[in-house]
Amino acid sequence: MTLVASAAPQTTSSQGRRLPDRLDKPFRSALLSWEMLLVLIVVAIFVVNSFASPYFLDPWSLSDLSFNFTEKGLIALAMALLIISGEIDLSVAAIMALGSTLMGMAAEAGIATPGLVAIGIGTGLACGAFNGVLVTKLGLPSIVVTIGTMSLFRGLAFIILGDQAYKNYPADFAFFGQGYVAWVFSFELVLFVVAALVFWFLLHRTNFGRRVFTIGNNPIAAQFSGVRVERIKFVLFCLTGLMAGIASVLITSRLGSTRPSIAQGYELEVITMAVLGGVSILGGSGSILGVVLAAVIMGLVTFGLGLLNVPGIVMSIVIGVLLISVIALPILWNRYGPRKAF
Amino acid sequence: MSASLFRQREFWLALAVLLLIALVSARFPGFANPGNLAQIFNDTSLLTMLALGQMVVILTRSIDLSVASNLCFTGMVVAMLNANYPAVPVPALIVVALGVGLVLGVVNGFFVWRLNIPSIVVTLGTLTIYRGATFVLSGGAWVNADRMSPDFIAFQRQLLLGVPVLSWVALLTILLFFLFLTRTPQGRSLYAIGVNPTAAVYTGIDVGRTKFMAFCISGLVSGLCGYLWISRYVIASVEVANGYELNVIAACVIGGVSIAGGIGSVLGTVLGALFLGVIANALPVINVSPFWQMAISGSAIILAVVLNARGERKTGRIILKKAEAL
Repeated sequence: MTLVASAAPQTTSSQGRRLPDRLDKPFRSALLSWEMLLVLIVVAIFVVNSFASPYFLDPWSLSDLSFNFTEKGLIALAMALLIISGEIDLSVAAIMALGSTLMGMAAEAGIATPGLVAIGIGTGLACGAFNGVLVTKLGLPSIVVTIGTMSLFRGLAFIILGDQAYKNYPADFAFFGQGYVAWVFSFELVLFVVAALVFWFLLHRTNFGRRVFTIGNNPIAAQFSGVRVERIKFVLFCLTGLMAGIASVLITSRLGSTRPSIAQGYELEVITMAVLGGVSILGGSGSILGVVLAAVIMGLVTFGLGLLNVPGIVMSIVIGVLLISVIALPILWNRYGPRKAF
Repeated sequence: MSASLFRQREFWLALAVLLLIALVSARFPGFANPGNLAQIFNDTSLLTMLALGQMVVILTRSIDLSVASNLCFTGMVVAMLNANYPAVPVPALIVVALGVGLVLGVVNGFFVWRLNIPSIVVTLGTLTIYRGATFVLSGGAWVNADRMSPDFIAFQRQLLLGVPVLSWVALLTILLFFLFLTRTPQGRSLYAIGVNPTAAVYTGIDVGRTKFMAFCISGLVSGLCGYLWISRYVIASVEVANGYELNVIAACVIGGVSIAGGIGSVLGTVLGALFLGVIANALPVINVSPFWQMAISGSAIILAVVLNARGERKTGRIILKKAEAL
C-alpha cells in the first residue's frame, strides 16, 4: 500500500515526459524481424512444396492441410499466454484424452450433441481449473504439477476405457471436425481464425494482456504494482484447459472414435508451436501473430512432406531442427553477425 | 538425532515404500519374500539409473526431456551392430552405447552451455530429433530377439552371487552417483549452481560448464540404459521407451528432487524410483488392471510435489514472500 502512495507523486511530476509503455525500439524491430523470419519460412515452404508436388496448390489440399494444425493451434494460442506469464501446462493432451473419453461415455448413454460439446468443454475447463488451483493456491511449480496431472488425466481415461474404444457418436456431432462453413473453409479453420483474433485482441490490446506480460517479466514487481498475479495465472490455466476442451471436441468429432491414447504427444507439439512462434520459454515476451505463423509452418511442413511420402516421424526431425535452429540462429547472428542488433 | 530423522524426506519415503509392500503382502504373503523384492529391484534398475542421471540435470535448474529418445537411439545402434556383426563382444557394445549416449548428451549440453538456450527447449527439440533419427537409422524396421546374439541377451541375466548383472550395474551406478555427488568438488558444484547460480560464479564455478557436465552424465546413463533396455526387452524399435522421460522425471520428483534446482539426494531418487517400481509390480498381484498405473503414478507425483513444497517452505529462504505479507 505504501509503495503505491509513494509512487503516485512521481508519475504526476513526470507528466511532461511521455513514459515509454513499450520496450525500446531495437527490441521491437528484433521482434518484428522474428515474425518476418517466420513469414519468410512460410513463403519458402510454400514455394518449395508447390514445385515439389503438383497437388499442393489446390484449394482442397490446402483446406485439408489446415486440419494438421487447427486443433493444436487452438491450444497453442492459450499456451502462449500461459508461457508468457512464466508458467507451462504439459497436461493439455491428457485433458483432450479425458474430455474425449467422457464425451464417448456420454454418447453411449444417449446424450445428444449439445450435451456432448458441453461435456467436452466443461471437462477442459475443470481440468484447467484443477491445474490452476494446484499452481496458484498451493504455490507449486507448474512444470511438475502438470506432469503429474498429465498422468492423472490420461490415467483416468485409461481406467475408464482400458483397451476399448467409443465409436457411437451421433451423426450431427461430426460437423465440428468434418464440416465446412463455406466452400473450402472448414469449421475448424474458421474457429481457429476467430480464436486467433480474440487472443490477439486479449494479449495485445487489453489491460489483461499487458498484465500477462508484466507478470512474465517480473512477477514480484507485478505484485507490487497491484497486479493480481495469482488470479491472472489461475485464469490463464482455466483458459488453456478450456482451449484443450474445445480441441477435444474437434478431434473427437473429426476422428469419430475415442481411445485413451488419443492426442498422445500433442503437448510437446503445442509447446513447440508457441516457442517456434517467438514466445520466450522464460516468460515475458511473445506474440499471437508469431504463434499463428508457427502453427501454419508446422502444418505446412507436415503436410508438404506427407505429399512427398515422407513418414511422420521424419517430419518430427524437421520440426525439432526447426525449433532449435530458429532459436539458435538469432543468438549466433547476434554474436557473430556483422553488427550487434541490440 | 531422531527428530532430524523424522524431518528427512528420505525417511518418510522409505516408510511409504515399506508400507506399500506391507499392505500388499498382508493379503499376498509371497510379495514380501526376498526373492520377489530382489526381482522388483531388478525391474526398477533402468528407471533408477535414468532417474539418477536426470537428477543431476535437475539439480542444475535444467531438465533433460531427451533421455528416452537417447535410450531409444542408442539401443537401436547397438542392436543393429549386434545383428549385423554378431562377433563384436558385449563389452565393446557397452562402450559403444556409452559413447553414443555421451555424444547425444554433449549435443544437448552444447546448446545449453554455449548458446544459452533454455534446456527445456533444447531437449524438447532433441527429443523428437533423436527418435526421428532412430527411424532414419533403422528405416522403420525392428530388430527382434532372433537377430540378436545369445551373449547380447544373456549378459544382464547372468547371476553374480545370485544377483543378476543388471542389478549389479544399478547398484554400482547408485554407489558412483553417491560418491560423485557427496565426495567430489564437481558433484558439490552441481548443488551450488542449483541453489544460487550467482553465488556459485563468485566461488569460481563455471555455471555453463557444470550444466554441460550434467547433460553429459545424463547422456552417458541414457546410453548405457539403451543397451540394457534393448537386451532386457529383446526388441529394438522406434517406439522403445516412448514417453518414458516423464516416468523418469516422476521418479525424481517423488524422490524429493526440487525442480527449482539444488535440492535432491541419491537415496531419495532411488526410493522415488522404487516407489513407482513397487506400485507397478503390486498392481497385477492385487489384481488391479494395469490401466490404473498411470493415474496412480500421476496422483503420487502431485502428492509428492505438495509434500515437497511444504518441506521446502519450512526451511525457507524466501525473503521476498515475507515482504509481500506486509
